[in-house]
Amino acid sequence: MITGNVVVVGGGVAGMEVAGQLARSGCMVSLIEKESSAGGHIKEWHHLFPDRRNSMEVTDYLARQINHDNITLLTGTTIARMGYGKKVFTVDTENGKSISADAVVVATGFDLFRSERKEEYGYGIYDNVITSADLEVMFRNGEIKLTDGRRPEKIGIVHCVGSRDEKVGNIYCSKLCCITAVKQAMELKEHLSDARVYCFYMDMRMGGALYEETYRESQEKYGINFIRGKVSEVGETIDHKLIIKVEDTLVGRPLRMELDMIVLMAGMEMSKGGEQMAQIFGLKTGENRFFAAADHHYGSNESNVEALFFAGSCTAPMNITETISHARAAAAEVICYLRKAER
Amino acid sequence: MEKFGFKISKTRVIDFDQNDKSVAEFIYTNEPSFRLCIECGGCSATCTAGNFIPFSLRELQILLKRGETEKVKDNIEKCMLCGKCSLVCPRGVNTRNIIELAKRAFKTPELHAV
Amino acid sequence: MQFDPFVIPFNIGLYFILIYAVVRSIIWFRDLSRPDKLRLQRGFFGKAFGQSLKEIFLESLIHRKILRTNPRLGYMHMSLAFGWFLLILFGTIEADIFGEKHLNPPYKAIFFKFFNPGHGIGGFEAGYAFLMDLILLFILSGLFLAVIKRFTPKVVGMKKSTKLKSLDRVALTSLWLIFPSRLIAESLTSGEYGSGSFLTGTLGSWLASFLPAGELAYPFWWLYSLSLGTFFILLPVTRYLHIPAELFLIFMRNSGIRTGDKAGSYSEIQAHSCSSCGICIDQCQMNFSAGINNMQPAYLITAIRNNEDTSEIALNCLMCGRCDQKCPVGIEISAVRMIQRREVYTGPEFRNVWKGYFRLRNGDHTPKPNGHHVYDYLPETAGSEKTDILYFAGCMTHLTPAISRSMVKILDASGLKWSFLDKDGGACCGRPLMLAGNDKEARELINHTSEMIWKSGAHTLVTSCPICYKVFRESYYLDIEVLHHTQFIKNLIDEDLVRMNFLHKRVAYHTPCELGRGTLVYSEPKDVIRHVAILEETGYEDENSLCCGGSLGNIKISSRDRQKIAVDAAARLTSRNPEILITSCPLCKKTFSAATSTKVADISEIVAEAVIIPKTEKPPLKHSLPVAEAVNIF
Ligand code: SF4
Ligand code: SF4
Ligand code: SF4
Ligand code: SF4
Ligand code: SF4
Repeated sequence: MITGNVVVVGGGVAGMEVAGQLARSGCMVSLIEKESSAGGHIKEWHHLFPDRRNSMEVTDYLARQINHDNITLLTGTTIARMGYGKKVFTVDTENGKSISADAVVVATGFDLFRSERKEEYGYGIYDNVITSADLEVMFRNGEIKLTDGRRPEKIGIVHCVGSRDEKVGNIYCSKLCCITAVKQAMELKEHLSDARVYCFYMDMRMGGALYEETYRESQEKYGINFIRGKVSEVGETIDHKLIIKVEDTLVGRPLRMELDMIVLMAGMEMSKGGEQMAQIFGLKTGENRFFAAADHHYGSNESNVEALFFAGSCTAPMNITETISHARAAAAEVICYLRKAER
Repeated sequence: MEKFGFKISKTRVIDFDQNDKSVAEFIYTNEPSFRLCIECGGCSATCTAGNFIPFSLRELQILLKRGETEKVKDNIEKCMLCGKCSLVCPRGVNTRNIIELAKRAFKTPELHAV
Repeated sequence: MQFDPFVIPFNIGLYFILIYAVVRSIIWFRDLSRPDKLRLQRGFFGKAFGQSLKEIFLESLIHRKILRTNPRLGYMHMSLAFGWFLLILFGTIEADIFGEKHLNPPYKAIFFKFFNPGHGIGGFEAGYAFLMDLILLFILSGLFLAVIKRFTPKVVGMKKSTKLKSLDRVALTSLWLIFPSRLIAESLTSGEYGSGSFLTGTLGSWLASFLPAGELAYPFWWLYSLSLGTFFILLPVTRYLHIPAELFLIFMRNSGIRTGDKAGSYSEIQAHSCSSCGICIDQCQMNFSAGINNMQPAYLITAIRNNEDTSEIALNCLMCGRCDQKCPVGIEISAVRMIQRREVYTGPEFRNVWKGYFRLRNGDHTPKPNGHHVYDYLPETAGSEKTDILYFAGCMTHLTPAISRSMVKILDASGLKWSFLDKDGGACCGRPLMLAGNDKEARELINHTSEMIWKSGAHTLVTSCPICYKVFRESYYLDIEVLHHTQFIKNLIDEDLVRMNFLHKRVAYHTPCELGRGTLVYSEPKDVIRHVAILEETGYEDENSLCCGGSLGNIKISSRDRQKIAVDAAARLTSRNPEILITSCPLCKKTFSAATSTKVADISEIVAEAVIIPKTEKPPLKHSLPVAEAVNIF
């Protein structure tokens, strides 16, 4: 067993996992979450890739993880100031609490790219242009329909919205949206068996465990169509159909297609909360604006500040599996640090 | 009449070693972003000229890089320089300068002679 | 004493420069087009002459405009130019009154002290000598500033001193030597004879107290004469040609001559009139936001004078016009740059027979029509349905659907009969091609779109894009009213065709270059905004507006440098934290949206948001998803 006070900033997947691990090792943990409940983005997600299990199973696991006497969950709380002296952090919250801690774990996660920033795709302008997150809400509600109540028959999925795009200032790949697109395409077919679904991609990045298999399954069993080209514009016809402009780069000719619904695969960005933490704690960020870990290979949990560690997708886009592993590694780093400090 | 750049090609393969890639070299030197294209087709999808005729800036770029310059020479002037392509390009390729340099290179071969 | 060999260098220089000036003016005059020749003749004998004299006094001597923009730099220029002028004027009078006889050759005035060493000891003479010393001191103070400026450019407020070529350096050295050598020569002579006023007298007697003043004076008189002679002889091949060239420029401008679109005497004289003051560099966002320092007018003009290849730098400019309006010499910089752009495709040519002294103008490189059409693939325009108002969104607006949507809503609400010319995309308006110098190609597009406009029978053409607006107004032959949508909305409000709610938002307005400096539409957009929101100042109003960085005028700039300009401009415009940064150009909107976290919107969007839809209209479909926050743009 080990003693020590740890503040964990961010009550998403990474924050909950790291808090649970530390509590079980004997630390006293204050888990700070700005929203009214813990859980993070995953709460809003219906099914998870690649196996399409219900996200509730993971949130239940995480809820169990933080159900521990050593954990104080402070929801609706943000950090205002921080001081560090004599190996002790003093963390002041906006609502007037002051917490002292021997170590801090930053697990502020990511924000979804605000798709209205890609104006030519018409999010917020045309009806029936939605984001991957909006689609998950529809899945959860069990009903996929257009704004006028009809069922969509032709659906386009646009990859790389807000990722790999210098024009919005994000040149990195968000890594999860290709597989999300494949997963959502299959689920769309499950809901609407006679709908046709088209994915418009620049590259299919299927690098994770079981991703390629899922991709293959989507073609084999669900008949999903893949068209290689970056969508340049979305327009609307007089009868409120969406019209997409893209070059079918493999044929080498422009392609125009009318669609009922367009789903934008919004990318991941450094969270606003993370940016505030970077300011408050003086943390380094990288070219992609995510936190820059001390070392890419063997120090991905360490920061440029002593006794302050990173967990999860505040350092780079990560899927749930990676996030949980990264959070566990962060817990191990904290324990290691506290041990050394004890001696 | 225009011949739209289609010639009966000598061989089916791109003879990469034999092809003259000096125009591409000239453009690489003067507009380094020419290297950044990932063939996404965003430029050709939005293209104002491409709205009327088969004209793909993506294709013309890759042809230049492979030294297949005939089609480029016959078609590059059809661009209207409207700039939509550079506005959508996710890689920040300075498309209009590439067009400008290609046109100049074809007009004044001394510029890129090997 | 009537003559001394040391005046020879000065005499050679002086007569050379006078003859040169005559020959050069004849060449320039001969090269003018017929109408311009007539203009000049009329100007010479008319009102323009007086105006020119006044302007020469105010601008070439006093440097009023530079004084206003940059008092220290202005003082420097003024003390050198006006001071020297006074010195010559009063020197001539001095020689005339106090010399041995009247009507002396110029050298007698310039080297008056040498020929009249004992002059200025008492009475009126002493007063006059005091005046001459004062003028010399005035010049020397400016010279002192100039020397400091050359070595520490910061002192006179310039970010970067313009680069010099070697002949300029020799000329500069000789220019710098003129007045100090005069000071020392006069002082030494005064010291020897016990004459001279507060400056030369005091310095002279001090120097004479420990130096053999009489013997030393002579070499300094030589130096004075030599530096004057050298300066005059080098004048035509250095940037100092701007001093006489500006006089020609002022006469020609006041006679009504303008740059036009081809190279000619006037553009050449303009190029030679640039004083390299660097004010244009200070104005340029390429400089202060992106750190690019080789393409501003000062550099372009230097390259033109030196017959260098300008194709890269001529095209590397946003054509924002910020520098144009601030050039103290009044050079039509953008017009000069456009001439260079038109010449890019014709390539450099051998143009240097009398290298330097008789640099001929860049020749007429305008491509000859060859009957070859590049856009003959455009379809024949079919006669369209007749309409009153024709809306042309423009290429860029297709990438900002919020703007075209808002315009559709406003046009529908107005109840006017209108149609959407390029709903499914049209040809480009031609302005980007013109900006690249391809006028002939642009003309083809202009003809195509003109025909579509004619056939519509509309009486008003409304466009959302300032780039299109400028070319519609300036280069299309249309006998209908052409409006930018800001002007159109203003008319709708004035005629009570649309009613709007007040939105209670604090907003800032960015004037797009093409709409502001480009077509002088400054007030209508602001009037419209004041109808719907609280308009706050940005500190960059009207002609001082910034460029968003997205300008199509620049073909060379990298997207990263564009981004630097955009981020910097957006930060300046939002420094007072407006809720919305409003603009009236799709390109500005797109550029700024990616450069600031402040909400960016086009005027049409806030108007559409505020507009009260007449009862008969059926309400638009509402989004029913739980993403309402995103759906409602405001
Ligand atoms: S994962 Fe796929 S969709 Fe997402 S950014 Fe990367 S390539 Fe684009
Ligand atoms: S600039 Fe040329 S290539 Fe680019 S979109 Fe316009 S017409 Fe097409
Ligand atoms: S948009 Fe850019 S990256 Fe895509 S094909 Fe065109 S030039 Fe290449
Ligand atoms: S162009 Fe005008 S502003 Fe620029 S350096 Fe020359 S005189 Fe000065
Ligand atoms: S027009 Fe604008 S970008 Fe060009 S030199 Fe002048 S200030 Fe600079």
